[in-house]
Amino acid sequence: MTGIVQNLWLVPALPILAAGAIALAKQRNRIFAASLAIGSMTLSFFLSLCAFAHVLWLSHHGEQELQVVNFRWFQFGNEWLRLGWMLNPLTAVMLLMVTFVGLLIFIYSIGYMAHEENFTRFFCFLALFAGAMLGVVIANSLLLLFMCWELVGLTSYLLIGFWYHNPKAAAAAKKAFIVTRIGDLAFFLGMAWLYAQTGTLLFYDNGAGCLEHTALASLVAQTTILGLTASTGIALLIFCGAAGKSGQVPLHVWLPDAMEGPTPVSALIHAATMVAAGVFLIARIYPLMSAHTGMALPLTPTVALQVVTWVGAITAVFGAMIAVAHYDIKRILAYSTISQLGYMMMGLGVGGVAVGMFHLLTHAFFKALLFLGAGSVIHGCSGEQDIRRMGGLRRLMPITFATYAVGMLALCGFPLFFSGFWSKDAILHAAHTWSVSQVPFYLGAFGALLTAFYMTRQIYYVFGGTSRLAGASHASSHASTTPHESAAVMTIPLLILASFAMLLGLIGTPAWPWLQAFLDGQPTALHFSAFANAELLAVMLSSSLLVFLGLGLGWWFYGRKPMEDSPKADAMPDAVEQLQPRIFAVLNHSFYVDELYAATLLRLNAGWGHVCDWLDRWVWNGAVQTVAHLALGLAWADDFVDTRIVNAGFDEGCQGVSRGGKILALLQGGQVQSYLRRIGFALIALAVFLLWGAKG
Amino acid sequence: MIAFPWITVLTAVPIAGALVVLGIGGSASERNKNLARGLAMAFSFLALGLTLFLWHHFNPASGALQFQERSSWIPALGVEYRVGIDGLGILMLLLTSIVVPIGMLASWQIQERVPLYFSLVLLLQACLFGTFTALNFFHWFIFWELSLIPAFFLIKLWGGPRRTSAATQFLVYTMVGSIALLLAFLAIFLATGKFDFIDLAGLAQNGQLMPAVVRTLGWHRFTPEHVALMIFAGAFLGFAVKVPMVPFHTWLPSAYSEAPTGTTILLTGAMSKMGLYGFLRILLPIFGAEMQQVLTPLLWLVVATIVLSAYAALVQKDLKRIFAYSSINHLGYCLLGIFAVLKFTGGDVALTAEKYAAMNGVLLQMFNHGLTAATLFWFVAMLEKRSGGLRGLEDFGGLRKVMPVFAGLMGIALFSSLGLPGLNGFVGEFLIFKGSFPLATWATALSVFGLLATAIFILGILQRVFSGALNKTWAAMPDLTTGERLALAPAIGLMFALGLYPQWVLAVINSTVMQMVQQLKF
Repeated sequence: MTGIVQNLWLVPALPILAAGAIALAKQRNRIFAASLAIGSMTLSFFLSLCAFAHVLWLSHHGEQELQVVNFRWFQFGNEWLRLGWMLNPLTAVMLLMVTFVGLLIFIYSIGYMAHEENFTRFFCFLALFAGAMLGVVIANSLLLLFMCWELVGLTSYLLIGFWYHNPKAAAAAKKAFIVTRIGDLAFFLGMAWLYAQTGTLLFYDNGAGCLEHTALASLVAQTTILGLTASTGIALLIFCGAAGKSGQVPLHVWLPDAMEGPTPVSALIHAATMVAAGVFLIARIYPLMSAHTGMALPLTPTVALQVVTWVGAITAVFGAMIAVAHYDIKRILAYSTISQLGYMMMGLGVGGVAVGMFHLLTHAFFKALLFLGAGSVIHGCSGEQDIRRMGGLRRLMPITFATYAVGMLALCGFPLFFSGFWSKDAILHAAHTWSVSQVPFYLGAFGALLTAFYMTRQIYYVFGGTSRLAGASHASSHASTTPHESAAVMTIPLLILASFAMLLGLIGTPAWPWLQAFLDGQPTALHFSAFANAELLAVMLSSSLLVFLGLGLGWWFYGRKPMEDSPKADAMPDAVEQLQPRIFAVLNHSFYVDELYAATLLRLNAGWGHVCDWLDRWVWNGAVQTVAHLALGLAWADDFVDTRIVNAGFDEGCQGVSRGGKILALLQGGQVQSYLRRIGFALIALAVFLLWGAKG
Repeated sequence: MIAFPWITVLTAVPIAGALVVLGIGGSASERNKNLARGLAMAFSFLALGLTLFLWHHFNPASGALQFQERSSWIPALGVEYRVGIDGLGILMLLLTSIVVPIGMLASWQIQERVPLYFSLVLLLQACLFGTFTALNFFHWFIFWELSLIPAFFLIKLWGGPRRTSAATQFLVYTMVGSIALLLAFLAIFLATGKFDFIDLAGLAQNGQLMPAVVRTLGWHRFTPEHVALMIFAGAFLGFAVKVPMVPFHTWLPSAYSEAPTGTTILLTGAMSKMGLYGFLRILLPIFGAEMQQVLTPLLWLVVATIVLSAYAALVQKDLKRIFAYSSINHLGYCLLGIFAVLKFTGGDVALTAEKYAAMNGVLLQMFNHGLTAATLFWFVAMLEKRSGGLRGLEDFGGLRKVMPVFAGLMGIALFSSLGLPGLNGFVGEFLIFKGSFPLATWATALSVFGLLATAIFILGILQRVFSGALNKTWAAMPDLTTGERLALAPAIGLMFALGLYPQWVLAVINSTVMQMVQQLKF
């Protein structure tokens, strides 16, 4: 059985190889591309099943569940940089989820993308994404994880911008990459810091890894700026990366825009897997997040975990509030995803790995289901995404409706029969017992109410009443067709996901907390008596009541009287808008965060660029030009001195000499007569002088 | 085999090539042009082959100088012909040998005075080989200065509309730096009677160099420290202009953008490494102590180099200017690593390991930047060829529709420049940041803004040139031809190879790097 650990690298490698092969293949080979991608994903899924079985076997036999394989990558100085992969319960469940949901979405994509010109490229990127994501999951080195993490970001960028000819998609892709990169750069620094402090980036390495006791003990012993321990500083920097990827406030702005990508991409990358990678990262480095002096209690709220909790709780409510006031079916789900990711973070902060991961797993299934359902709706409505122009799809698309309703109830946390109930309840329960503050619990509870409300609103808009599609006044050519149910290749994945959205909750109920025990490496047993806990029941009951309240309010606002089919469907004010137009406007503009960033950060950024350019042109270059001009001026002065003073003086001198010469030359005319004449004159003068002198 | 003067032969090959190509004469017939191109290409491949041969026979386990040749030249002046290569030298030779054929291919469409153009390129290559192998200041400096001549004429005769001022500024600016450098070395020669880099480094490490200089040049007003710093400043200026480092960089954007793109490839791919090579071969071993005294201002300058140039790139509209600023930015990371290594750590073992990391990163980054920047400018050249010389950011749009392969391959090169893991740019930057962070924490942390701005302008290029609606002017723009694809394949392949398996290069440079770090004594 250890063979599976040795060969675990195949799980990410197979899709990546498939992507490479598809990239080199001809664009026309559609069947080749799809079958290669799906085939590689199927193999990865089976390998993941084997890995899962292996971990189960190990845990059943009470053996060490953590298996690592490390290898050398390159050498610098005397040391080798080593990378590696690992198999532990967390890896195993995550692998299973990613490969399974991924496989379903790959299959669904055949139907959804059937008419797409760049079908092969789509599957190439999708397979590359899956490989990179699986790499994140199995990495036993923060560096390898970071590398795969960046590749995941790249594929996300490529797939958001898949319809590159649409400027909005291109802009959204760029925005997604850059916003997540802001977080990633903090992550990068945190990684450099961790490496400097512990001398390794391997998570587990027979006691020498950075998540093992020796390293953590040295990290908590050091105090750095602001009185934070090194472990807290590093953990917070890495959390910035997680927050960027997982759409936490204030780095959430890219996720709604990412909905410009094809819907299967939204389902796989921006709902089920990649955005959850941030949550997974925090779960992976949980020993670091929770490291503190003493390390006795596993759930001590360290500074890092408190930050995670607060950010998560604020994000949960923030996303849910905005989701109330949007009209684009995918954007509503995107804000819902942001909100749910907030819950996961909060779950990690207050309740530990199992609580956060449980919600991650259930959410992956029901949110993928909702997105694929939304895709089916959009497909059926020939590309329409505005819920105001839908309606009445319940009868036209029965399978989509049924599965969508399941996903919606799971997301709302409808009691007992839906997975979301159990996972959300675990978070709320942990928040309720959190020792630091009760506020996250109340925020979470309020978010639960809002979730039920906005999903009910969406359901009534999309599936209730009668179809408003035909009457939509914007009358683009596609609006005239009647909505239709999607093909089996799309509905079957929906049905499978729907069944998981209901049943998956069973692995983490208080009576049989299998997932919790599995992740912690402990045996489980069925204890119905767990429900006898009064506090647990109180939290369950109150959260159920909130869900019912939310559903009821949704019905009161949107379901009571069917929506009219008016030609101006999109001009009709929303029911909440009628009641509170100002609040609705703020929510509809997503709290103006984008506008705020555009007015501040983006301007600052561009302004700083112009400042640098200006410095370059005028200050640095100006200094150089000044020196150059000074030199030129000197040269001119030199030239002046040369030509006007030295040269002219020289010329003057020369001319003087030549004038003198000319005069002297007159004396030497070479004519004997004139010589004789001068001699004669001289003799006379001399004679006169002598005579004068003799007389005197 | 050692006895055979491999390095001299290697330097002689492009010189011979230059003469042969020049001998073709100025007849403008098509046959003549192709003959010149082909012959030049053949000589550059011969040089590449020789370099690969040296690479193959280079002993990576030793950090010492290999393939050394020494012969007495002007004994009275301490001038010796001495050449040799260590890990740094062989890496730079390989980079030059790779970049020159790229530059030639990108210059294929040049039509005027073709033999002269290619012979100047070969001459430049010979100067580069000479600079990267010489170990005596005398002939090192000859090659160093001589390299300006072909570069000047390449810009001046074949450049863009503002080529004259660009070429003049390039020549004069670097000349000023070189004169400062020359003065510094003359001062040192007066004091020591030596021009040999290795000997001088030895003196500097024993702490004998600067006292000797101060004794000879005991200017009464200056303290010995000041004299030493002034000598250092002269040498520093020569290299800081060449790299370049803010604020001595203003010649670069105009030179890079006005030069014909094939020449820009040589300037950025190979010539920009001369400055860094000087830092590593001359400044670090000989002036390490002086540099360390002014380390803090140097670190601020390097942060300015990294951040200002990246942000300046953000607002440029000309692709070549963008990549020019990006080039300054990428070399800034190398300087960051070099300066971080100078941090005094008192022989702390863990921090010495960080220095090894940073220094390996610097060398790797030099190679990677040369490869990536050369390839990026190559793409610009191909784009210019298709657009009739246009290369503004706003001149295109939606090109991915008509030239998907071009967009895909250039995308790979762009992401390599951005430092995406899996491609070559990442490993060098990772090692530099990993090593510099504990040594120069704040400078490293601030440099991250350079990485951010790089991501923004690279994605901006992808967005404006390749995405969005297709600019109708270019509806018929042809995609890469099979020939172009084949020519690009090795460069792109190398990006992947170095990104996935950097050990291929690191194995060759590691011993040299360790020796360089160990020899740093203050």
